[in-house]
Amino acid sequence: MTTNIQSMIKPVGHTWWWHGLLLLAVIGLLTAYHDVFDVYEVSILIFTGFSMAFVGNQWPEFRVHAIAVAILSLFAIQLYGSDLAAAEVNGLLQYILASQSAIMWMSVFFIAATLAYFGGLIFRSAYTEKIGTSFTWIATTFGMTGLMVRWRETHMMGADIGYIPVSNLYEVFILFAVITALIYLFYERRYQVRSLGGFVLLVISAAVAFQLWYAFERNAHEIQPLVPALQSYWMKIHVPANFIGYGAFAMAAMVGVAYLLVNWRMQKNPSASLVKSMPPLSMMDDLMYKSIALGFAFFTVATILGALWAAEAWGGYWSWDPKETWALIVWLNYAAWLHMRMTKGWNGVPMAWWAIVGLFVTLFAFLGVNMFLSGLHSYGGL
Amino acid sequence: MSESTKKGQSHLGFWRRLFVFLGSMELAIILLLTLAIASIIGTVLQQNQPYADYVIKFGPFWFEVFEQLGLYDVYSALWFLAILALLVISTSVCVIRHFPMMVREMWQLRTNVQKKSLRAMRHSVQWQTGASLQNTIAVIQQQLKLSGFRSRQTVKQDDAVLVSAMRGGMNRLGYLFTHIAIVVICIGGLFDSNLPLKLAEWRGDIKIETRDLSVSEIPEESRLAVGNNGFRGTVSIPEGRAAEVAFLPVRDGYLVQALPFRIEVKDFRIEHYPNGQPKSFESDLVIHDPMLESPLEETISVNHPLIYRDHAIYQASFSDGGSALTLDAWPLDSRAGTEPVAIEVKVYETRQMLWGEEMMQLEMTGFRPFNINPDPTEDNPKNLRDFGPNFTFKLRSQTGEAREYENYMFPVLRDDREYFLSGVRNSPAESFAYLYLPVDEDGSLKQFLQYAALLRDEGVVTKVANTMMLEALSMLPERDTALENSLQQTLQTLINMFVRGGFDEVRDFIENSLPDAERDNLAPAYLGMLREMLARIYFTMDGNDAQDVSNEQLLFLQDAVDAIGTLSRYGAPVFLHLTKFEHVQSTGLQIAKAPGKNVVYLGCALLIIGVFLLFYVPQRRLWAWVEQQEGGLTEVILAGATNRNPREFDSFFSAQQAVLMASTGNSFDQPGS
Repeated sequence: MTTNIQSMIKPVGHTWWWHGLLLLAVIGLLTAYHDVFDVYEVSILIFTGFSMAFVGNQWPEFRVHAIAVAILSLFAIQLYGSDLAAAEVNGLLQYILASQSAIMWMSVFFIAATLAYFGGLIFRSAYTEKIGTSFTWIATTFGMTGLMVRWRETHMMGADIGYIPVSNLYEVFILFAVITALIYLFYERRYQVRSLGGFVLLVISAAVAFQLWYAFERNAHEIQPLVPALQSYWMKIHVPANFIGYGAFAMAAMVGVAYLLVNWRMQKNPSASLVKSMPPLSMMDDLMYKSIALGFAFFTVATILGALWAAEAWGGYWSWDPKETWALIVWLNYAAWLHMRMTKGWNGVPMAWWAIVGLFVTLFAFLGVNMFLSGLHSYGGL
Repeated sequence: MSESTKKGQSHLGFWRRLFVFLGSMELAIILLLTLAIASIIGTVLQQNQPYADYVIKFGPFWFEVFEQLGLYDVYSALWFLAILALLVISTSVCVIRHFPMMVREMWQLRTNVQKKSLRAMRHSVQWQTGASLQNTIAVIQQQLKLSGFRSRQTVKQDDAVLVSAMRGGMNRLGYLFTHIAIVVICIGGLFDSNLPLKLAEWRGDIKIETRDLSVSEIPEESRLAVGNNGFRGTVSIPEGRAAEVAFLPVRDGYLVQALPFRIEVKDFRIEHYPNGQPKSFESDLVIHDPMLESPLEETISVNHPLIYRDHAIYQASFSDGGSALTLDAWPLDSRAGTEPVAIEVKVYETRQMLWGEEMMQLEMTGFRPFNINPDPTEDNPKNLRDFGPNFTFKLRSQTGEAREYENYMFPVLRDDREYFLSGVRNSPAESFAYLYLPVDEDGSLKQFLQYAALLRDEGVVTKVANTMMLEALSMLPERDTALENSLQQTLQTLINMFVRGGFDEVRDFIENSLPDAERDNLAPAYLGMLREMLARIYFTMDGNDAQDVSNEQLLFLQDAVDAIGTLSRYGAPVFLHLTKFEHVQSTGLQIAKAPGKNVVYLGCALLIIGVFLLFYVPQRRLWAWVEQQEGGLTEVILAGATNRNPREFDSFFSAQQAVLMASTGNSFDQPGS
C-alpha cells in the first residue's frame, strides 16, 4: 500500500528527460517538414507532443514503448532509403520491420499473449501472466511500428500518394488492436490485475484474425491512394479519437463478460478457483465504468470532430448519414448507460450485460454500417 | 371556498408533478433509448430517394403507409422532431431543477458539519498532536492548499475549529455544461433545419416543384428569396456558365433558393493518380457580387470549400456540361444506306433522326473522356486500364420504347483483334450487353458493313446459292429441277433467316419446321450449309480469294458472322461512332448556409469540456475538525468524501492522511473506523 501511496503523491519518476525528448522530436519534425505542414498539421503535432507527455508522465512503460517504436521506425526508414523494393532485398526489413512484417509479428504476439494470459489464469501462474503482459507490449510495439513504417511506405509509393495509415478498414483494424491493448495495459498497471488480460485480448485476437483474413483473402494490405474526400488533416484526429472510443467500449464489454462469468461461478460455488483467481466483482464493475467513461469521452470528441470534418467535406455538420446516425445511436446508448450508473446507481449484472450489448451496437456502427448500409461514409467497405 | 382552494392545489400539483416528471431521470433514459431506436429506421430505409423507387419497393399500399409515417424523411418527420423536442425539454427541466444545487455544490464549502457525522464517515481518521490549535490549523490549511484544496475555517466552539476544504468543484460545472450543451446543440440545429420550410409549406406560402423545368419556368411559389434561413442545396454549372440559384431537394421535388451573388465556373478539373484513380476534383470559381469591387476568384476542391457571405460552396460532384460530339452513323441495315453519315450533337440534346425508313429519337445522355476500369484481360481486378472516351445515348422508337447504348470511341483489343464496342440495355436495371464489331485493316467498319450489305443483297445471295447448289448436285447423274429449286430456295432462306435473327432464328426454324424424324440428321446439314453460304458470300468481296485465305481473314469472317448474328438483338439501325469531341464539363456545387452552425459548435465545445470535467475532475471534500484537548494536546479528526472514483479516493485519502499527520507532528495515532 505504501508504494501505491507514494506513487499517488509524487509524479512517477523524474520525467524531465521524457519531456526533453518529446520537445526534440516535435522540433525535429517541424524543421524537417515545416514546408509541407499546414497550420492544422503543426497544431496536431504539438498537441500530440503534449498528449504523449501527459500520458508518459503517469505511465513509465508507455515511455519505453514510445521510444522503442521511434527507434524501430527510424531504423526501418533508414533501411528503406528511398526505395520500396528494399523490403524484398534487406533481410531485416523483409522479415521484421517492413510494415507488413511488423504487423504479422504483432498478430503472432497478440495471439501468443492471449494464450499466455489464459494459461496463467487456468494454471494460476503469475509468471505466465507476466509473459502475457510482455507479449502484449511487444505486439503493441510491433503494431505501432508497423503503422509508422507504413506511413513512410505510403509516401514512397509516389508523389502525393502518402497518407496517414488510419485511412482504410485494414489499417484501422491494426489501430484498433493497438489502442485496445494500450488501454488494457494502462488499467492492468493501474489496478495491478493481470487476470482480465485473456478476456480483453480475446477481442483483440478476433480483430487480428479478421485483419489476417482481410489481408490474405482480399489483399487489403496493398497501399492504395486516397480518394479526394479523405485527403484532410481531420483524418489525423478524427480516426484515432474514434478508436480510443471503440477500444475502450470493447474492453468494457470484455470486462463485462468476465464479470458475468465470475458472478455465475460465484453463485454456484463461492470458492471456485475462477472466483479466487479473478479480481473482486466490485473492481471489475469499477473498471467497466472507467472504460465506458473513457470511451464515451473520446467518442464524444470523435463524433464532434467528425461533424466538423463533415461540415468541410460534405457540406453540413450533420446529414443524418447512416454512419453519423449510428455514431449517435452508440453515443445515446452509452449516455443512457452512464446515467443509469451515475445517477441511478445501477451496477453489477445488468450493467455488464448492457456493456456487452453496447459492444454489438458499436460493432455495427464500426463495421455493419459499411457492410450493409450505403451512405457518404462508405470508405471502409469490405 | 375550501373546495376551490383544493382544486387550485391539485391543479398546482399537476403542473408540479409534470415538471418533476419531465425532469426525471426515467424519462431522460427512456427518451435517449427511444431516440436511438427511432434513428435506426432512417439508416435501414434509404432516405430521400425518388418516390417512384419506394413504390416499386413496397407496393402502393405500404408506400402510402410509410409515406404517412414520414419514413422517407424520418429525421424531419413530426413524430421524430417531437421526440427530440421532448428530450430538449426534459434536459432543460433537469438543468433548471438542478442548477441552484449544482452552483451551490460547486462553490460552497460545507461548514455546518457536526463532529459526530465526521466520525461516522466512511473515510475518517483521528489523531492527536502536541502542537497548538492555531498552529495545527495553519499547517493543515497550508498542506491542503498544496494539495490543491480551497479551505475555510469555522469556529465551532470555543475550543474547536472546523476546516472545510474542497477540490474539483468544476465537476459540477461538467454536469451543467454537458446538459446545457445538448439543449444548445439542438437549438442551433433547429436554426439550420428545414422546419421553417415545413411551416411555410403548411401555411401554403410555398409549393414543392416536382416537374423537371428550366430555372426560368419555375413558378414563383417554389422560389425562396435571399434571406436568413439556413439551407443546403445543389447546383450544376457547366464550364463558362454561371448560376445564381441553388436547388433544395425536398421529398420528391425541389425548391429554388436565390443566392445573393452569382457563381461563374471558369474551369473544372479532375486530376488522377498514376494508377488512374481520381486524385482531386477542382473548380475555378468567380463570384460576382455588387458588394464586391472586383469579382472574387477562388479555386475550390473536395475538403476545401469557399466560404463567402455565410454561404459555403463545396465541390460535390461533376457531370457533363453539354460536350460537343461529332459522330459517324454507320448503317447496320443496308436499307439505311451503306456510307457513314456525319452528325454533330451535344450531350443532353434530343434529335429526330430518319434512318432508312425508321424515324427515331436520339437522346444524348452522357460523355466521358476516360473510362478507367479493371482490365478484363488481366487476372488482378486492381489493374486498371483507360478504355478511352465513350458516350451514352438512348434511341426511342415512335412507339416510345427506348434502348440505352454506350459506345466507345476507340477499338478495344480482345485476343489480339480489335473491335468497336457498343453496349445496349433495355432498362437501367439491366447491365449492358456488348456488341463487338470487328475492325478491318484500315481501322474502320467498312469491310464489316460491306459484308453485312452483301448478305442482304438478293442478287449476290441468289448467285452464290446457285453456284453452291450446282456444285452440290453435280455428282448426281441427272439434273433434278425440283431438287435444284428446293435447295436453292433453302440456301437463300437460311441466309435471310440468319440476317433477320441470327443463329437463333435458324435454330428455331430447325426446331419447329422440320419433321421430328429427320431433325437429327438434317440440323447439322442445315447449319453446315449456312456456314458455307456465309463463307462463300464473304469470298465474293474484293481482295478475298477462297483459294488463298489467310488466318486473319478467317477470324474476321468468324467475328463478322458473330456480330451479324447478334445485330437483331442490338436494335439500332446504325452504329454511332465518335470521331471528334469537345469536352465541356459541369461542376456540381453544394451550397449551404447554416446560421446555427456557431451555436452548434459552441454546444459541442461545452459538451467536450463538460464530459471531461465530469469524468476526470472528481469533486473531493475534506474536513478537519481541530479541537483543543486537555493537557495541551490538539485532536484532529480528518474526514473525506467524493462523488467519483471511490476506489481512487481510498488511496488519495490515505495519502492525505499520511501527509497531514506527518506535518502536524502527531504523537498518538488512532486510526478511525
